[in-house]
Amino acid sequence: MRRYLYLFGIVCAGGVLAFFYTCNRSPVNIDEQMPDVVSYNFNIRPILSDKCYKCHGPDASKRQAGLRLDDPASAFKALKDDPNAHVLVPGSPAMSELFRRISTGDTSEMMPPANSNLKRLTPHEVDLIRKWIKQGAKFEKHWAFVPPKSSPVPEVKDKSWPRNPIDNFILAKQEQYGLTHNPEADKERLLKRLSFDLTGLPPTLDMMDRFLADKSPNAYEKMVDELISSPAYGEKMTLHWLDVSRYADSHGYQDDNYRSQWPWRDWVIHAFNENLPYDKFITWQLAGDQIPNATKEQLLATGFNRNHKITEEGGVINEEYRVAYVTDRTNTFGKALLGVTIECAHCHDHKYDPFSQKEYYQLFAFFNQVKEPGIQSVVGGPETYAKRPLMQVTNEDVKGILKFVNKQDTNKLIVSVMGDSDAYRKTYILKRGNYDIHGDEVFAGTPKAILPFDDSYPKNRLGLAEWLFNRKNPLTARVFVNQIWQEIFGRGIVKTSEDFGRQGNLPSHPELLDWLAVDFMDHGWNIKRLVKQMVMSATYQQSAVISAAALRTDPDNIYLTRGPRNRLPAELIRDMVLASSGLLTRTIGGPSVNPYQPPGLWEAATSGRGQLASYKQVHGPNLYRRGMYTLIKRTVPPVEMAIFDASNRDQCEVRRLKTNTPLQALLMENDPTVLEAARVLAAKLLQENSKASDKIYKAFRLIVCRKPTQQEQSILSNYYSTELTSMDPKTAAKVLNVGEYPIPAQLDKVTLVAMMKTVDLIYNLEEAITKS
Amino acid sequence: MENETLEHRLNINRRKFLSKLSLGIGGAALGSLLIPGLFSGLGSDSDSDFIPGLPNFAPKAKRVIYLFQDGAPSQLESFDYKPKLREMMGQELPQSVRGSQILTGMTAQQKSFPLVGSFYDFKQYGNSQAWISDLFPYTAKIVDDICIVRSMYTEAINHDPALTFFQTGAQQGNRPSMGSWVSYGLGSENKNLPAFCVLLSKGKGNGQGVYSKLWSNGFLDSVHQGVQFSSGESPVLYLNNQDGIDRRDRRKMLDKLAELNDISYKEFGDPEITTKIQQYEMAYRMQTAMPEIMDVSKESDDIVKMYGPDCLVPGTYAANCLLARKLSENGVRFMQLYHQGWDQHSNLPQEIAGQARDVDQASAALVTDLKQRGLLDETLVIWGGEFGRTNYSQGKLEKANYGRDHHPRCFSLWMAGGGIKPGIVYGESDEFGYNIVKDPVHVHDFHATVLNQLGIDHKKLTFKSQGRRYRLTDVAGNVVKGIIS
Repeated sequence: MRRYLYLFGIVCAGGVLAFFYTCNRSPVNIDEQMPDVVSYNFNIRPILSDKCYKCHGPDASKRQAGLRLDDPASAFKALKDDPNAHVLVPGSPAMSELFRRISTGDTSEMMPPANSNLKRLTPHEVDLIRKWIKQGAKFEKHWAFVPPKSSPVPEVKDKSWPRNPIDNFILAKQEQYGLTHNPEADKERLLKRLSFDLTGLPPTLDMMDRFLADKSPNAYEKMVDELISSPAYGEKMTLHWLDVSRYADSHGYQDDNYRSQWPWRDWVIHAFNENLPYDKFITWQLAGDQIPNATKEQLLATGFNRNHKITEEGGVINEEYRVAYVTDRTNTFGKALLGVTIECAHCHDHKYDPFSQKEYYQLFAFFNQVKEPGIQSVVGGPETYAKRPLMQVTNEDVKGILKFVNKQDTNKLIVSVMGDSDAYRKTYILKRGNYDIHGDEVFAGTPKAILPFDDSYPKNRLGLAEWLFNRKNPLTARVFVNQIWQEIFGRGIVKTSEDFGRQGNLPSHPELLDWLAVDFMDHGWNIKRLVKQMVMSATYQQSAVISAAALRTDPDNIYLTRGPRNRLPAELIRDMVLASSGLLTRTIGGPSVNPYQPPGLWEAATSGRGQLASYKQVHGPNLYRRGMYTLIKRTVPPVEMAIFDASNRDQCEVRRLKTNTPLQALLMENDPTVLEAARVLAAKLLQENSKASDKIYKAFRLIVCRKPTQQEQSILSNYYSTELTSMDPKTAAKVLNVGEYPIPAQLDKVTLVAMMKTVDLIYNLEEAITKS
Repeated sequence: MENETLEHRLNINRRKFLSKLSLGIGGAALGSLLIPGLFSGLGSDSDSDFIPGLPNFAPKAKRVIYLFQDGAPSQLESFDYKPKLREMMGQELPQSVRGSQILTGMTAQQKSFPLVGSFYDFKQYGNSQAWISDLFPYTAKIVDDICIVRSMYTEAINHDPALTFFQTGAQQGNRPSMGSWVSYGLGSENKNLPAFCVLLSKGKGNGQGVYSKLWSNGFLDSVHQGVQFSSGESPVLYLNNQDGIDRRDRRKMLDKLAELNDISYKEFGDPEITTKIQQYEMAYRMQTAMPEIMDVSKESDDIVKMYGPDCLVPGTYAANCLLARKLSENGVRFMQLYHQGWDQHSNLPQEIAGQARDVDQASAALVTDLKQRGLLDETLVIWGGEFGRTNYSQGKLEKANYGRDHHPRCFSLWMAGGGIKPGIVYGESDEFGYNIVKDPVHVHDFHATVLNQLGIDHKKLTFKSQGRRYRLTDVAGNVVKGIIS
């Protein structure tokens, strides 16, 4: 795929520069324009980082010719083998060796060299560098490592549109580039979008009717408040956090036996519903055990750092796996909370970002004190479902302090949590990342480029949490705000939500990101407030219609000229199907469950050991739980989720890819869950005293969450009528033979199948699984 | 007849409908409408900046069939003949031979390391006069078609990391599998089939399980994920329509669906909607194509005889080999088979005989079958496990019973076709079968060589993820020139 780096800057009144950047198909009219003032951060560093740092960057071991281009001191020095020549001569591209090497036609001198397998700079990139040198070749600190400062909310021409400051930032940019935004979405589309974004469930008929009838100016806000206070809000927010936390119900290696980590998941739902502020939410997960007089709830929260895979393979070397767990925690901390690829410094200095290998192991040291071996037990019974350090959730706990844990029996319940050893474990740099090759000893610390670790903090995970929530930490708030933005708008302000470093994408709206981050901190890290702020914006409430013009000027909706239009995540497709058919069991939390799955998948892949060797499907109400409660066996994750791009929970994941494949079509056509829902909803409708067309109308509203148009209604009614006359009772009985949910026997089978197929057709609509 | 007429009419309507649909779309969206193929990167979110100018050079092989022997078969009972071990039966493994090798937790505590020779005899075969044990009589017959590498080595000593390393080039998960890399680099040859397919089977020997991360797309678009097939009734998950719903019903439903989705498209103008319509059509074509490809009932008696009667029993290794041939023949780039049960820590003589019986005939038949069809030249067949086994006995050494622990330092695999030199033996281990003495081949070298045969420079097939360009061979790997013709 081609990659574009097109930018531009416009000098504003006070000499403040506004820059703008995109990484995908960029608006035609904005393409390759040369900014008046070239910005190092937004124009130049992306080029240097991508094309030069590999050999002239932070990694000392791979550095060529002693030159590093990420550091001005080195970049302005005279050449090693020619003291009269300089890499960069401010003001003079002709005198700058760097410019000569990227613009020469001589392949023996050209940079990057052919054998680097890096592509040449484009003519536009060369021009940018020429102009940057001409303008003085000024370096800047990477934007993400400078603490966010709240810029003033921009003035806009169209004063009628903005509903809150988000819109001013969005509109200011649109006005700058002559882009226009969409009108507000129709109420039904808007309610569906909102309901899925806040609760992961479709709105009920009652909600739709109430919202349509409510003509008051704050009708929408009332819906926001209703949805955000529903318990399903916590479930919806938790779904993303389960990806971030690589949560699963199995240990993950080889035999891949069961683990009972779900009480931690129940806590996350509870925490979101209680609106625990983000700083507490994270501090408890990182260091709940180290808080003075820690409660059992705070201890349970630390399960976060024990969700990683744990081996039960007999022959392994203890230390190798212990180190793997500490590595996983360190990497997760970097990716999930700091949005940086600190993991690259596991084996060597980071090649692009200013993180040394030493700093990696300083961070590693915080997580290296856990009282755990690499292997504690091989596949076994309930005593192996959690690994030391662990806590017990007692029957008393779930009546009191841990009331939110949905413990369904009186059996012993254990959860892996954090706990450090009494004896200090020394941390060494591990050469090339090898667990058994020790380098120098290091002590707990944090990457200097982000924020040095204050001496006043305790040198433990609690201190690390304090560091994270220091107002001067440039990343914490930005990274979380960006993840929430991504979950609501479908794409982060920084598209690479996992990488805010030099190789990541630059923010499309840097001032907005900073404004949101500062505002979030100023208001006590209040998550519900942040979410509400986003969905209350006019930007969010726009219609998702893509005009032919917008498809050319803003194909990826980077400038938010339209509302988000995104396919539902895997789990919510299931939720939509179950909720609309009335099958959904609204139990929150508890042990994960095994709904329908094609036969033989676990059996074909198992070693034969452990309680997950064969798939034991549940029956009754547990068949109809929300997608987030489907048991995840890591080595064979639920296939209907995988087909729709769910995480396999092997590692921390902050952003899912979205594909559109034929396997998804087959799944929607033939998954018993969908077919059963169609059968059950059809049976329900047939028992109502109404015309066939009314039944179809109602099914459409339940599934698509809006009234069908006349044309849609007639296509569906027409389909129903043909199906009524094209089937014999014997075949009909076969079609109905799907799923376990009983329906009244007296219904006419042919009529039922005709209605079932009509409902099924509606389930297969693109719009049914899309927020539009 | 009536069915045919209806089908015909529906087809005409559909064509009209689809062409109308594409004409109505503005020029700018055309790119996203020209769907390059069923499984070729439709993801709208791909971050790749690799320009697939592939292959980098003329390929020798177009396709790969990888017969993975999961659990690690012993090289000492198969392809690496070590008479010295029989001579020294029961004597201690000299410390000078073992050197600093780390042992697994299973034998690290063992006080004695008694050498053990193969329970089975070896003989020489073919023009190459390669030594092959009596457990593999069929493989022995095709010895002049295969290249035996006796000098493989790896870094991992336990199953999970070693398997993951072999399949993805890294011991810890979440990197793309070999097949995913190939799918990403070369795409699919058949728009009705995925580029990367997986088949599983199981022997009676001690098993280690397989993990879906082994055929994971990692950070690549999920269209490059290995699609697990089975040789039973529903070869691809969710392929079969619900009982009582036939092809015509499906067609009627799809036509209405396309009509309704088109209404959405007209309202929203979102190219994803058009893609969705196309994907439903592709799914429909797959429903037709797959059963024909998967149907082994029309195979001739000679073929059935060659693969052995098991090839008609769904889910067996033999059936999977036959399927692999059919799928490969139909353009699947990378066929990945796994046969479990090779982890003989104890009871090796008996268990390994069963495992060899499972795979020997069908593996050889596959090579012969491809050769007869003129496909062996363009198809690379690989047979091997994730590491080797120790030359000393794990547990008590008895006259007719012993076990072998994991051994990463040297083991054997064989390759055939796809531009690999036939009828040669490459590399050599010492007389103890413990260390390599000639032409070592690392897993990264193996990966580089497989990609090379497909016309891919392993250093150029990269994907940028989390700010770094990744490749299958990480930062290592050299093409093994000595085995390519």
